[in-house]
Amino acid sequence: MKDRLPDDLRALFNAAWRGGEAARAWHQELKAGDWLVLLLGSIAVACSCALLWRGGVADRAIVQRDGKTVVELSLDSARKVPVDGALGVTVIEVQPGRARVLSDPGPRQYCVQQGWLTRAGAVAICAPSHITLQLNGGNGGKAGYDSLNY
Amino acid sequence: MTPSTIELVVTEDDRRIARYAAAAIALTVAEAALPSPLPGVKPGLANIIVLVVLMRYGWRDAAWVSVLRVLAGGLLLGQLFAPGFFLALAGAAGSLAVLAVAVHLPRCWFGAVAISVLAAFAHIGGQLLLARLWLVPHDGVFYLVPVFATAALVFGTVNGLVAARLLAAAALSPGPAPPESA
Repeated sequence: MKDRLPDDLRALFNAAWRGGEAARAWHQELKAGDWLVLLLGSIAVACSCALLWRGGVADRAIVQRDGKTVVELSLDSARKVPVDGALGVTVIEVQPGRARVLSDPGPRQYCVQQGWLTRAGAVAICAPSHITLQLNGGNGGKAGYDSLNY
Repeated sequence: MTPSTIELVVTEDDRRIARYAAAAIALTVAEAALPSPLPGVKPGLANIIVLVVLMRYGWRDAAWVSVLRVLAGGLLLGQLFAPGFFLALAGAAGSLAVLAVAVHLPRCWFGAVAISVLAAFAHIGGQLLLARLWLVPHDGVFYLVPVFATAALVFGTVNGLVAARLLAAAALSPGPAPPESA
């Protein structure tokens, strides 16, 4: 009776092992629906990576003077925006996906030399003009720090 | 010895479930010895047994084997009622819920691999849900989704292939045919 049990796992494993060489290749165990599920699963994995680990992409530039927002620019079209600072006019340039301080009347030009900002949370500070340029990202505008104050 | 007044009738079903559960528990214990890069990323070899049981005897037997496996595995590994135990239980509940549906997929199109991958995704789904609600009440846990989803895809595929091979062997082996499952 016992060895007639269909669920005798030892017999099952033995049969699977013996049949191993003569049996089909592994990919032949897959049916059409299996391939479909594997494809959908791969897409789901790729989407989860793209959605959850894309945090660093910036989509807005925020220009502030003395800690107050002067203008908010979306990073989807190219343009140049003049902003009045403490010393004169500071020009902010925006291109798709990036922004920079094009010119500033400050003496040392640190914020201009910083060049293009591309990542969310990046900041260029023109201290003499009291101007900051800051990029924010898509996930709630969260940067790597809590706050920034002039 | 005083003869017991209670007589427990052991049916053929009980024996069968116990055998399969024993195999699943053995795999759970063996797997616990494997090093893992991240807690929770495990092959889940015991699920091969659950799959074989599901496809041969139906969902009820698979649920028994799965839950007994989690309970006895927790006892043997000293994890009973520890957070890891509840995570395992949540994973088992999630995958059993999906298996209850997946078992009705047409067998001519969907084999063990499809069912295994679906169950693996449900497994991490159940675990992440419990982790988010109870252990790590912060959306930060979802940053791990890609890691767990990749593991589910890979291990679900491998387990499904092994189960498919076992089921093919079972179909060829002599003995009474298993009862038609729903």
